[in-house]
Amino acid sequence: MRFFDDIAIGQRREIGAYTFTAESIKTFAAKFDPQRFHLDEDEGKNSLFGGLAASGWHVGSACMSLLVADGQRLAREAAARGEEVAIWGPSPGFRDLRWIKPVLAGDTVSYVNVVIDKRTSASRPGWGILTARTTGTNQRGEEVYSITASAFVPMRKGV
Amino acid sequence: MTLTFEDFPPGRFGTFGPRHVTRDEILAFAAEFDPQPMHLDEDAAAASMLRGLSGSGWHLCSLMMRMMADGFITRAASLGSPGVDEVRWLSPLRPGDDLTLEVDVLEARTSKSRPELGIVKFKCTARNAAGQALAEMTSPILIKRREGAA
Repeated sequence: MRFFDDIAIGQRREIGAYTFTAESIKTFAAKFDPQRFHLDEDEGKNSLFGGLAASGWHVGSACMSLLVADGQRLAREAAARGEEVAIWGPSPGFRDLRWIKPVLAGDTVSYVNVVIDKRTSASRPGWGILTARTTGTNQRGEEVYSITASAFVPMRKGV
Repeated sequence: MTLTFEDFPPGRFGTFGPRHVTRDEILAFAAEFDPQPMHLDEDAAAASMLRGLSGSGWHLCSLMMRMMADGFITRAASLGSPGVDEVRWLSPLRPGDDLTLEVDVLEARTSKSRPELGIVKFKCTARNAAGQALAEMTSPILIKRREGAA
């Protein structure tokens, strides 16, 4: 993955797409969000969502899986060029998560990540805090998801 | 009896759990949704900022969702949530943790555009058995008003 020093505000990455099958929606919901409209097609149709709808936490977790995969792809490319690879730290949190429209069985959501802020960590020398806005758009071009999340990212040594 | 908007006045709604979290669950969630070495590999985790194997923050949020669902949402006239104002990940989720969830109502108001609905803003705090706060979440949930209330 990239170092804090190498990342600019405004950088945009298409991080990939995730298809929400009925099976994966029900499996996630049975473990973490067993509300009727996430577990049963008919209950979903009769709800505000108008169909079997993915748990919002499934939509967010799928986004996380694509962010991690994208970072690991960048790391492999950097390693192949013989460059040092940054190992990112954890996230202190997120804000303004919006489940804008339901994600229904069969939908494919494509996520885009844009860096919106970077600052030096006051408490942890050698680390920066990166903030990015990630949005998810379904196959009909409708925005369904957005989130503003932060992460600790290491600086290049000696900078 | 189904809980409606009127059952959620501002203040402490309740405390739920404990929910035991196993190492296998942490590894399974991380493998599927957050395969960073700090969530999967003991050695990488020991060298990380969190100093030891930790669960994904998304796993912790999903567990908080489950505790809310078991605690009250599945017996409330809930119509879902438009989003989450903020989540703060304060301390790592560890294998073997027993989670409790404190649920507070920050604000309860009726919808202007849809008078049959109320919007309840919750603050949920997940703690481990030692009482350490692991995460705080602030999120509104749409809940139907009692029949005839609108």
